[in-house]
Amino acid sequence: MNEQDTTRAGDVLPAEEFGAEAVRLDQGHVVGHGGIPEVFQNPGLPPHAPRTTDLSEAAAKRAEKQVAALFALSIVGTIVFVLAYFLVDIRATTYVPGIGVMALQHLLLGIGMAAALLGIGFGAVHWAKTLMPDEEVVEMRHPMRSSDADRAAVVQTLTDGGEAAQINRRPLIKYTLGGALGLFAVPVVLPVLGGLGPMPQKSLSLTFWNGGPSGPGEEPTFTPMRLMRDPENTPIKASDVTIGSVFHVLPEGLLDLEHGVLEEKAKAAVLLMRLDPKDIKVQKEIDWGHQGIVAYSKICTHVGCPVGLYEQGTHHLLCPCHQSTFDVTQDCKVIFGPAKRALPQLKITVDDEGYLVSAQPFREAVGPSFWERG
Amino acid sequence: MNALAARRRHPAAIGILLLIGLFLMGAAYAAIAPRPAEAAVSSATQVDEGKQLFLANCASCHGLNAEGRATGAGASVAGPALAGVGAAAVEFQMGTGRMPMRAPAAQAPRDDRIKFTEEQITAIGAYVASLAPGPSVPSEEAVDPARGDAVKGGELFRVNCAMCHNFAGAGGALTRGKYAPALTGVAPKDIYMAMETGPQSMPVFNDTNLTPEAKRDIIAFLTAVNEEPKAGGFTLGSLGPVSEGMFAWIFGLGIMVGCAIWLGNKAA
Repeated sequence: MNEQDTTRAGDVLPAEEFGAEAVRLDQGHVVGHGGIPEVFQNPGLPPHAPRTTDLSEAAAKRAEKQVAALFALSIVGTIVFVLAYFLVDIRATTYVPGIGVMALQHLLLGIGMAAALLGIGFGAVHWAKTLMPDEEVVEMRHPMRSSDADRAAVVQTLTDGGEAAQINRRPLIKYTLGGALGLFAVPVVLPVLGGLGPMPQKSLSLTFWNGGPSGPGEEPTFTPMRLMRDPENTPIKASDVTIGSVFHVLPEGLLDLEHGVLEEKAKAAVLLMRLDPKDIKVQKEIDWGHQGIVAYSKICTHVGCPVGLYEQGTHHLLCPCHQSTFDVTQDCKVIFGPAKRALPQLKITVDDEGYLVSAQPFREAVGPSFWERG
Repeated sequence: MNALAARRRHPAAIGILLLIGLFLMGAAYAAIAPRPAEAAVSSATQVDEGKQLFLANCASCHGLNAEGRATGAGASVAGPALAGVGAAAVEFQMGTGRMPMRAPAAQAPRDDRIKFTEEQITAIGAYVASLAPGPSVPSEEAVDPARGDAVKGGELFRVNCAMCHNFAGAGGALTRGKYAPALTGVAPKDIYMAMETGPQSMPVFNDTNLTPEAKRDIIAFLTAVNEEPKAGGFTLGSLGPVSEGMFAWIFGLGIMVGCAIWLGNKAA
């Protein structure tokens, strides 16, 4: 405890403790008259405090044993890891409080690896802190700039080298070298650009609903397609869709493709819902549906996540990625979140057998915006 | 015998014969088809009992005739109409403690303190089912996970359920305070009835959307996910990058900061 701790409010401190110029907080604003020293003195290092291991051989012995014990723990951990890897059945399970039943091998591998790494790390740090030399050293900072003579010498060397190589006298070499080095960037950049694949062409604006495969260069012609359940691939009768239900729909034939199923699915996925027609506020939505059954693209217009969270009470469609919310009663208008455009509606009708079919492809590109999009 | 024969022309004889004949007919009918007769009688009383319970406990929100009721403001519906929701909806909502709701809220939470006995719930279910045909409570066999195909169920779950209920059935958030509850520790029968009836925000997955076999497959998948040992140890709620990232930031960085402080401290 030093003297300062024993002072109480109201005590008058001896002036010499803070200097005669010291100002107290309760004196209000006091105009100073300088008195700040030109240069602050370097306070230097605090006095060296020896460690117990420096003073007592018994403590040093104890620290040595602790370090050795940590390294031994690491050795044991490695052995546990190797034994667990080869001897423990991968399907064996064990009960761990707070976690539940988990794979025994993973538990032992984890504990072994943790002990092996932490044993080395903690041991090394403990060793350094208790037994390795304990001297404070000050290394003064020095200027980074080279001396003027050195700098001039470097410039001279470069100039002399250029002269000796005749680069200024023979400009042909200079310009062809520049061209060669400049063009060398092309083979580095070209494969990167080429590796991006073919240009998308019209495929961003087409989906499988346009009549078939819609990859780059495809020119599908529209035919009405049945709406099929995903993943069962069975057609849906209009009478199957009751109010409040939601069907995850793919176009007929998509799941039978041999190639590019995922690419087509990523554009053509559709959500089919049935609302009470009285709840629908937009005439186009009613016209493009069938007795309150409406089909909308499942691909979010923000960055293309599947908008699958349909709340049958509020008729809100929620995108799980960034919480864009679409109101199915208002033609899937965006009512919350970062999406900018309503979900495109797929015009549907029923065929002679009562199955739901598409009446026309999507009128606009599905999914996120892109430059060429109208 | 003579006495009977002597009285055969008595004026009351024809009436007595008719009575005896009717009694025999009735007895024979009762002997041949006793069960439906009994069931009809008990179901009628059950519907009555259910109606009384409904009026006392449910009508304040759902209306005296279960026609649904708007709140005072008229904007939102306090309780939806119940015609056609069937006994399964009542069994699900009341059997899991969701109904009756204790307070108006965005969503009725599951509550293990169930307020009614099984007979009372069945009676209310019988009353609601008597209003209009609706889905009934499934049989034991229809919800037996051992009979379902967990692989097929997983495929169906990922398309139809996972976007709300999470890939491992851990649940997730919806809009404006609503949420999809976790599916861990839910009875197979309740999962089946929820798909069949579409409680609260959940859409209806009727038998033409997901066949009864498909529903059983989904139950088999969820049971398999629940019972599967957690190979990697602590799942952090199976919530994916949110809880995993938080764990890494708080505990991972915490350990590193602790180590840095230890490294910087001089040994005693």
